[in-house]
Amino acid sequence: MTRPRSAAVVVALLRAQLRLELRTFESLPAMCLFSVTAFLLFHFGLDVDSLSGNLASGVLWVTLLLAALLAINRVYVADAEQGGFDAFVLSPAERSTLLLAKILVLLIYLVVVELVAVPAFAILLLEPSLWQAMPSMLGAIVLGDLGIAVIGALVGALAVRTQARDLLGPLVSLPLLVPVLLGVARWTAPLFDASRAGAVALRWPLVLALYDAIFGLIAFSLFDFLLED
Amino acid sequence: MYGKGLRPLSLITAAAVALTLAAALFWAPNDAYLGFLQKIFYVHVPLAILTLCGFVAAGLMAVAHLRTRDPRWDMRSYVAIHISLIFGVAVLITGSIWARGAWGHWWVWNDPTLVSFLLVMLLYATYQPLRFAIEDPERQARYASVFAITAGAFVPINFAIVRLAPAYVHPRTLSNISGNLPGRMQVVFYLALFAVTLLWITLWRFEMTAKHVAAQLRQLQNLVGEASDEAPARRSAAPSLTHAGSVS
Amino acid sequence: MAGDRRRRLRPNDEIYDRTQLDRFARRTHSVSAVALRALTRRYGERTALAEVTLSLETGQTLAVLGPNGAGKTTLLRVLATLLRPHEGELEVLGHSLPADGWLVRGRLGLLAHEPMLYRELTVRENLRLQAKLHGVGASRIEELLAAVALERRGDEPLRTLSRGLVQRAAVCRTLLHEPELLLLDEPYANLDPAARQIVEPLIGRSSGKTRVIVSHDPQAALKEADLVLGLSRGRAVFIAPPAELEDSEFAGLYE
Repeated sequence: MTRPRSAAVVVALLRAQLRLELRTFESLPAMCLFSVTAFLLFHFGLDVDSLSGNLASGVLWVTLLLAALLAINRVYVADAEQGGFDAFVLSPAERSTLLLAKILVLLIYLVVVELVAVPAFAILLLEPSLWQAMPSMLGAIVLGDLGIAVIGALVGALAVRTQARDLLGPLVSLPLLVPVLLGVARWTAPLFDASRAGAVALRWPLVLALYDAIFGLIAFSLFDFLLED
Repeated sequence: MYGKGLRPLSLITAAAVALTLAAALFWAPNDAYLGFLQKIFYVHVPLAILTLCGFVAAGLMAVAHLRTRDPRWDMRSYVAIHISLIFGVAVLITGSIWARGAWGHWWVWNDPTLVSFLLVMLLYATYQPLRFAIEDPERQARYASVFAITAGAFVPINFAIVRLAPAYVHPRTLSNISGNLPGRMQVVFYLALFAVTLLWITLWRFEMTAKHVAAQLRQLQNLVGEASDEAPARRSAAPSLTHAGSVS
Repeated sequence: MAGDRRRRLRPNDEIYDRTQLDRFARRTHSVSAVALRALTRRYGERTALAEVTLSLETGQTLAVLGPNGAGKTTLLRVLATLLRPHEGELEVLGHSLPADGWLVRGRLGLLAHEPMLYRELTVRENLRLQAKLHGVGASRIEELLAAVALERRGDEPLRTLSRGLVQRAAVCRTLLHEPELLLLDEPYANLDPAARQIVEPLIGRSSGKTRVIVSHDPQAALKEADLVLGLSRGRAVFIAPPAELEDSEFAGLYE
């Protein structure tokens, strides 16, 4: 008895999930709308027309983090409610393929949302120009999204089959995501600074990469235990 | 099994705590800067160390649980987190008192230890609700172990990362202050650390014993036929050992 | 016991002896497709399955009867490797579970109450995903859809199909990877007689496969079964071929 090739399984799971999203539009529109609305909330709450530096960085990344929570809650729901876990567990596929597929799904969702939210942020609230900052921003986006995706995929699996799933998902994820928030926000803060050209401290990419790697390892080791039963 | 040695342990712990209190209050000198308030360190820092070590230990016990599937490891992990949470609340309270005395505010953001601590406590505060939200006891134990391992890994990493943030480059940290302790203060500090460690272990063993006794009682009741065949109506966040097997 | 290298036996330990799973289940070279010895599975303080012992030969059908909550679905899920036994030994298709679960998974098919299909995907999309999960080619899909007369509606989302059609799609999912052992939880529940006739050659006695079928209909089960297991509150009340059973035993089961 040989197992199916993991790459093929991951692709199949990924396509199924994306297809489901395209048919139901459960997550993406809500995330995008939420982000733009949140910028408005910040405008009214802080009573500022534009932001720069630390404040800008914080507002952008907190908004993206909260938008990510919407996805973390929804990404396993179809599986839990429609018996998808059973069908997967009954197959000879490697269990970590499901985790990898969900991480990729979350990554894709986050990138799509950022394509909407970051320009919106630049237009609505950001004072300095975004273009020069872009290359470094991309690095922050990649490593930050990866951290959110890894933690989200693990915690989502943990929370989805409990009775308080909508509450526990965010509550458990947020403390775990604070270091990611810290990393990306501090990384991009100098980029948004109006006065200085903004030198990025090297420590933040390293910290983020390390955090992503460690929790990635933990997630892959523990995921199997969540799928039993 | 767990009841053995509990009385001598409690006596030693009580003696250590009493000795520490006496030493801290009467023998250690007053800090030149903070005065009497500084003595709260002898409580605050050891409690903090034990809380964090307790959380990490609970993570290791959870690893043992997942590897052996023995519900006793889950019980140990649960109790460890429970005790550490209680200690953690004490840490936050004593830290708050110290902050108020040192800087006039009940909370300060420039101490990375306190900030990391708050974050860790917020994470572990979700442990009980998580357990409570899962009815199947075996799945509850398994999911709780996954959580305990993830959170246990988070504790040291989080502390390292929070310290890196710019605001904390020149902190007035507890560790800075306690690291440079002169002679007598150092003695009292280590004495306090020893006493609090004993306290943690004693409380842990007390709770383990209580849970074991309750489990044995339930098993005996099951045997005699007093307990009904139906599943108990109340859900519980605490692990129960009765599903570990029958007596005969 | 060899497995307890870290524990010393003390009087208090008696209570926790049964905690250990039997890690050293012998792998017997039997012809049994399914073999259980004193299989026990608990749910908290309740016992879902208590010391069930039986043996089923290849090609035979086992009917599992019993009132609600007797443990029938639990038994099926344990056989499907979805649940681990707490005590006792379990062998499916010659492999000891739960240790060798992954060797067995691709060779059994579970047809449960849930269709285990995504409602927003079409029948064909669901089956293609299933094929990929099992590492089998998609060629079987058309063949199966034709066999259950579903090929014309194969490109419609599952949520537009009636329960009977969804059940037929679930049958396709179950059989896609050509399993040797079928685990069927009330397979004919949602099917009208016509649909049942379509599905029967695939999962019924005439399919020739080894089957474990859970049913609420004792009479129908008796006609199909080589062996009948009566469960009540997790305990095996009777295990015998249908010919040896009397009506009174059935009545007693459902009290």
